[in-house]
Amino acid sequence: MNKQHGYKNTELIQASLKKRYAREKRFQWYGRLAVLTGFVFLFILLFDIVSKGYPAFTQQFIKVTVDFDADRLGVEPGASEEVLYQADYLGVIKDSLREMFPEASGRQEKRQLYRLISIGAEYQLRDYVIENPEVIGKTQDIWLMAHSEAGAYLKGQVTREIPQGDRKIKDIQMQWLDSLIRQGRTETRFNALFFSTGDSREPELAGIKAALYGSFFTLLVTFLLAFPIGVFSAVYLEEFAPRNRLTDLIEININNLAAVPSIVFGLLGLAVFINFFEMPRSVPLVGGIVLSLMTLPTIIITSRAAIQSVSPSIRQAALGVGASPLQTVFHHVLPVAMPGILTGSIIGMAQALGESAPLLMIGMVAFIMDVPGGVTDPSTVLPVQIFLWADSPERGFMEKTSAAIMVLMGFLIVMNALAIYLRKRFELK
Amino acid sequence: MQTSTVFLVLIALSFVSFIVGRRRSRSVAVAGGGMHLLHSLPKHYGYMAALWAAMPALLLLVLWMGFESRVIHNLVVADLPVQVQQLQHNELGLYYNQIVSYAAGSSDADLLDEVQVAAAGHYRELQSTSSLMKALLVALVAVMGGLLAVQRVAPALRARNHVEGIFKWILFACSFIAVLTTLGIVLSVLFEALRFFQTIPLTDFLFGLQWSPQMAIRIDQVAASGSFGFVPLLVGTLLISMVAMVIAVPVGLMSAIYLSEYATRRFRAVTKPVLEILAGVPTVVYGFFAALTVAPFIRNLGESMGLTVASESALAVGIVMGIMIIPFVMSLSDDIINAVPDTMREASLGMGATMSETIRKVLIPAALPGIVGGILLAVSRAIGETMIVVMAAGLSAKLTANPLEAVTTITVQIVTLLVGDQEFDSPKTLAAFALGLVLFFVTLLLNVIALYVVRKYREQYE
Repeated sequence: MNKQHGYKNTELIQASLKKRYAREKRFQWYGRLAVLTGFVFLFILLFDIVSKGYPAFTQQFIKVTVDFDADRLGVEPGASEEVLYQADYLGVIKDSLREMFPEASGRQEKRQLYRLISIGAEYQLRDYVIENPEVIGKTQDIWLMAHSEAGAYLKGQVTREIPQGDRKIKDIQMQWLDSLIRQGRTETRFNALFFSTGDSREPELAGIKAALYGSFFTLLVTFLLAFPIGVFSAVYLEEFAPRNRLTDLIEININNLAAVPSIVFGLLGLAVFINFFEMPRSVPLVGGIVLSLMTLPTIIITSRAAIQSVSPSIRQAALGVGASPLQTVFHHVLPVAMPGILTGSIIGMAQALGESAPLLMIGMVAFIMDVPGGVTDPSTVLPVQIFLWADSPERGFMEKTSAAIMVLMGFLIVMNALAIYLRKRFELK
Repeated sequence: MQTSTVFLVLIALSFVSFIVGRRRSRSVAVAGGGMHLLHSLPKHYGYMAALWAAMPALLLLVLWMGFESRVIHNLVVADLPVQVQQLQHNELGLYYNQIVSYAAGSSDADLLDEVQVAAAGHYRELQSTSSLMKALLVALVAVMGGLLAVQRVAPALRARNHVEGIFKWILFACSFIAVLTTLGIVLSVLFEALRFFQTIPLTDFLFGLQWSPQMAIRIDQVAASGSFGFVPLLVGTLLISMVAMVIAVPVGLMSAIYLSEYATRRFRAVTKPVLEILAGVPTVVYGFFAALTVAPFIRNLGESMGLTVASESALAVGIVMGIMIIPFVMSLSDDIINAVPDTMREASLGMGATMSETIRKVLIPAALPGIVGGILLAVSRAIGETMIVVMAAGLSAKLTANPLEAVTTITVQIVTLLVGDQEFDSPKTLAAFALGLVLFFVTLLLNVIALYVVRKYREQYE
């Protein structure tokens, strides 16, 4: 009886095995699926950004035959630079376009014709004439920057299939552009302007230089404040802090600050630095202070871990030959812990570089055309510039947004790679 | 004089103090009978002199910079005619700003009245006096501090101990900044929130079902009351967070399980950093992705199935936020699963259980408190997340639990209330601080609970 029962159990187990193995297989597949899902999300995200952004790195130019007639420009030949500065370049461009396409008639058509060329072309021409005053009175072929909508057509982003009402570029403009293409009067160049100007209302003229400088100054302030303060705090807490209530309070505070939403730091900056101390709005100095408060916990926590991992024998050896505790730490412990500390600091800086919410609170969302020259000039930062462009309805700005994201991510990748490299070297030791 | 110049002068002065202190220690020692009489190395006397020169002067400089504009403001306002001083607080602020911008040369005189032009002159005068005084006083304090220290140099002076004592206080001061930051957050947010609750009763805020702060800009406006009911914001925030958790928890948890229990070491070494890229992507990028790619996709998908989906649906925002949180959940669960002792795994496998049975029946129940703690941390992240929702979630507060509709969140409202030029005292801006207070305490509470749970769980297996 007993034996029979045991036999039955084995049989039951045998019978259930298939099901259990199937379940095991299925479970493993769920796991693989989860990992795959993460990968797919990452891929879609990156693909979406890159595919939207890469056209922004090129700029379309149109070759226009410009008649630098002195009368039309409103200047005498051999006029001074100041006079040339105020000459009527827009009119010259308009005349040249009308000459190239005499069929354009009526106000509206003419306006559409002028909109093939960027507003910035006027300044491009001005700079050209000031540099080469001898062209006045001559006729010359000049490559002028295309308007962003015309550029979109030349890049193939807008096609005739889209109904005319839904696109900004009209059929007649497309015809003109087609004829320009046939004559070989269009060209694609690398968009150097994107890296050499500040923000603009016109997508084709907008660049990220101002935002890059703003980010640089903000991060500079952040680093100068957060790095020493963070390392000193870590040294104090690891090496000198007595075990008492006050130390506990400090530790709890650091851990909690690490989890406070970043926007709350923005509220702090607004209430304390802007409203109480009446510091100026929109400047990298205040932005940097706020971001340094935000990244402090990260730097302190990683620095503490790095200091903790320094072998006690180093401390004992230093103390044994008569170094004071402070000398021990600054001459012996910190140099050994430095790669770890730097890794944490770089990660903290990368966080600060990508952060935008607290900076919105302290007014770093202004429209900034001029490249800031210091920590007290109004400026914006790269992520906020991305935020501003993402809000603009023009399609040209969508491209710019993605391109700016690519630049930002490039910086982040470099910073993180540096951190990983340092960590690897540290681990080898 | 420019602040940066003053700062450089200060650095130069402390360097000079260092040199003088070091040289004096040498000469004092040699005069007394030899270098061996010195208690500390000459450089320590130098450090001492440098610290004495730099620290009080630096403190003075920082304090001066902090209070300069307030003092000048009060002095200029005190000199204005009485009828101007009796203006409304807001109008006076505007009046003063015009003076300042004229004095700085950024606006023309024809916008101002005569009193303002005179006041601008006064302002400029005060400012130049202030910066001159600042430079002189800072330099004076630095020189005096340096001289005092140099005076005290004597062979018996324990300069090293003195310097190290000061340094330890500096170290302590640095770590105390964390406490000051928390204090600053609580006080600034609480102070403004209390002013808000003086105009809007606390109960209206906590239990009101209507949020439309747009109306309360001017007192004489029709329907000036505005409504500041916080419930729709809370519901919106929780709705989006919930969608995010529905994405992030299964994917993150299963990835962590697979990577820690099944995957080969090599696979794990490649996969984990790649998935962690998701955590390093700036939130503004996710916001852009949500607003321009995911939201239109969800809307089109919904429409093709005959559903009406808002173009700023909570679903789209939640999905993207979930993607952002995946690595966070993953690494937290990874830590927690790895903390379960191997003996438990081995016992279960030894009894003939399959790996998946071990995971489901042994590991997960054992790790559950830790996982719950990790999820709470992730929820607090989701609640405090700002940029994604600012860029992709709606602005109008709607009380709904339908993820296909547009909802708004606490952080969105903070940003929309505070970005742009507003008068600081209106209930509208103060409301942002009230929301900030709620946000701070909710996330703090979640974190405290989560950390407590995780710590208890860890202690269990140590």
